[in-house]
Amino acid sequence: MSGRQNIIQGMSTPVRAPAEKFEIGGRTFTSRLIIGTGKYRTFAEMKAAHRASGAEMVTVAVRRVPLDRSSESFLDHLDPSLTILPNTAGCYTAAEAIRTARLAREALGTELIKLEVIGDQTTLFPDNEQTLEAARELTREGFVVLPYFSDDLIMAKKLLDAGCPAVMPLAAPIGSGLGIQNPANLRIMREQLPDATIIVDAGVGTASDAAIAMELGADAVLMNTAIAEAQDPARMAEAMKLAIEAGRLAYLAGRMSKRLYASASSPLTGVVR
Amino acid sequence: MQIQINGEPREVEQNLSLANLVEVLNLKAEQIAIELNQKVVRRAQWNEILLQASDQIEIVHFVGGGCE
Repeated sequence: MSGRQNIIQGMSTPVRAPAEKFEIGGRTFTSRLIIGTGKYRTFAEMKAAHRASGAEMVTVAVRRVPLDRSSESFLDHLDPSLTILPNTAGCYTAAEAIRTARLAREALGTELIKLEVIGDQTTLFPDNEQTLEAARELTREGFVVLPYFSDDLIMAKKLLDAGCPAVMPLAAPIGSGLGIQNPANLRIMREQLPDATIIVDAGVGTASDAAIAMELGADAVLMNTAIAEAQDPARMAEAMKLAIEAGRLAYLAGRMSKRLYASASSPLTGVVR
Repeated sequence: MQIQINGEPREVEQNLSLANLVEVLNLKAEQIAIELNQKVVRRAQWNEILLQASDQIEIVHFVGGGCE
C-alpha cells in the first residue's frame, strides 16, 4: 500500500459513537433513542422503523380489550429483544394513571412506567400537579417512574425527589413536530441537575431537532410521530439514530464558544502578497 | 347474572371464575391484565376468584402508542 493510500485510509476511519452506556433504573442501554409504537401505517412499517432506529426500548399504551372481535396481540409484533416501556397515555388524573400503571405491571411483569397525566386535550400539556402526585404513589409501590412533564427545572427537582430515576421534559406539544421550543430551559435543567437523567419526550420533528436536544445535554430522546408520520419511517428512524449519536458526540466534545465577529482559521503571517 | 366488562353490561353464567371468563371471551391470557372493582387481580388468583352479580371488570391489553 502506498503512503498516499495509507493517509487516505487513515482519514476515512469512521468516528464511532461513544460506547458509554445509558442507564435507567438499573437497566443499561447503548442506544439513546426511545421510540413509540403508534401511528404507523402497518406493522411491517413499524418493525422496519424499529430496526433502523437501533432503539432498545419502545413504549406501548394500555387500552381496554375489544370484546366483540378477536384482537390481534400487538406485543407479538415487537422484536422480543426490545425493552417494553408501558405508558399511561390518555390518563387525565393521578388516579387513572396509577390504575393504568398497576394493570401494565400485572400484564407485563415490568416495574417500568412512562407516566403521563394529561391536563388538556388541545395541547396535551401535562398536568404537573397530578403527575407529581402519581409519581410519588407509584414510586412508593416500587415502580420505576419516568414522568412526562413541562420543561421546568423546579418540577424536575420535585420529580427526582419523589424517586423518579429520570425525568422526561417535553420539547414541544406531543405530535406537533415543532422541535425544541425552549432550549434555554433544557440547558438550565442540564446545568442545574448535572447528575439527573434527562430524556426529551415529545415535540421532535426531524433529525436536527433530535441532535439539538442531545447537544443541549439531554441523555436520550423519546419520539413517536416524527418517525411514524415521515414519508419513509425507516429512513427517518435511521436519521434519528445518527442525529442522536452526532448530538451526543458534540455535547461530549464541548462546542466552541460563539463570538460575534470573524476569527481567521489560517495564520495571519506569511501570506503571499 | 349481569356484570360490567369494560364499561358494558354483559350476561354471564353463575360461578364463573376470572380464568373462565378469559376463556369465554377468547382472550390471550399472557398479554392482558384484569381489574375487579378497581383492584388489579394477580394472574395467579384468576382461578380462585368467582364473579358476582354487578361486578365491574376491566380487561386491558397493549396497543401501539407513544404519547397521549
